[in-house]
Amino acid sequence: MLRSGVIAKKVGMTRLFLEDGKQVPVTVLQLDGLQVVANRTQEKDGYSAVQLGAGTAKVKRVSKAMRGHFAAAKVEPKRKIAEFRVSPENLIAVGEEITANHYFEGQYVDVTGISIGKGFAGAMKRHNFGGLRASHGVSISHRSHGSTGQCQDPGRVFKGKKMAGHMGAARVTTQNLQVVRTDADRGLIMVKGAVPGSKGGWVTLKDAAKKPVPENVILPAALKSHAEEAARAAEEAAAAAAAEAEAEAKRLAEEQAAAEEAALKEAEAEIQADKGDAAPNADEKKDGEE
Amino acid sequence: MDLIAQLEAEQVAALGKEIPDFKAGDTIRVGYKVTEGTRTRVQNYEGVCISRKNGEGIAGSFTVRKISFGEGVERVFPLHSTNIAEITVVRRGRVRRAKLYYLRSRRGKSARIAEDSHYKPKSDA
Repeated sequence: MLRSGVIAKKVGMTRLFLEDGKQVPVTVLQLDGLQVVANRTQEKDGYSAVQLGAGTAKVKRVSKAMRGHFAAAKVEPKRKIAEFRVSPENLIAVGEEITANHYFEGQYVDVTGISIGKGFAGAMKRHNFGGLRASHGVSISHRSHGSTGQCQDPGRVFKGKKMAGHMGAARVTTQNLQVVRTDADRGLIMVKGAVPGSKGGWVTLKDAAKKPVPENVILPAALKSHAEEAARAAEEAAAAAAAEAEAEAKRLAEEQAAAEEAALKEAEAEIQADKGDAAPNADEKKDGEE
Repeated sequence: MDLIAQLEAEQVAALGKEIPDFKAGDTIRVGYKVTEGTRTRVQNYEGVCISRKNGEGIAGSFTVRKISFGEGVERVFPLHSTNIAEITVVRRGRVRRAKLYYLRSRRGKSARIAEDSHYKPKSDA
């Protein structure tokens, strides 16, 4: 039941005021021309996945090989490409565009991004060490990590010892973030809380791995073509309904007209019949009038 | 306008809150919705506004200080909170600071704020 995720751009954070007085901090994520670029199938590649592309890249900055790849899929060159493992029945046709209502409000998602780089960070910042005391004889080493091990036995520092070093700029996944709002027209997804990475960075969203897959998710994905088709179908249905209503009205009008005509004829016939009977009377009346 | 500013402006418009023109030093009354069990009522909180933060935007907030039973009480309200029923300005004060945190260390006579009798409403230009 694995279905595709999406690639989104982190726009920034804001807050939403809800009707019950609650404020929700949200991260705004934007889908920008999210299209299927290629499919991976069991027969050809040994696994099934969709390759998605997002954003727009200048043609001259795209390598010739990638240009060919995009041309084969008949899509604009994309800035960011990612693969999502899907089950074979959830493969999406190449060139299809995915919309923001892929996720529904209240659903949980996992968001993966590249965290903001912190450079060479000390043990206090990197591993939440406590540091040394501010006074009582501590000299120039208030933020140091302290001891790194024992004495002559073992006589070495154990592997994996938490020490200062490079921090951030790593792939980080934040699990179980709730989708608060989606806006398909502008391609916006608002998730509660923070998301790894800087503004303008790319993140990928997937259905939460540690929650049961909701029943009402759209399979294989919320596609623009489907939405357009649905809109067209709705329009057609509306037009058909309108035409039918018109035809019905016309028919009713005709029926009414026919009925009226029939009634008129009947009335006339009656008058005629009456005339035959009442002719003398009419003559009398006429005489009276004169 | 970037997307975030646009979204925030839309939300401010959608909330449709009527926020009077007030600043630090003004005495204001805030009608705050309180839910007790199932029913909600509006509770008034009146005091001196000692700070405004983050402007008129969606993140804006203000602090109201009052002396309750001889004890200083401060509450911070989000400007656009859906829990605020109304804000009314009771008295305009004349102050020379944007943040009146110095009031915290004052009591009684020295904690008074002069009334601004020449208050001019902000012109919407």
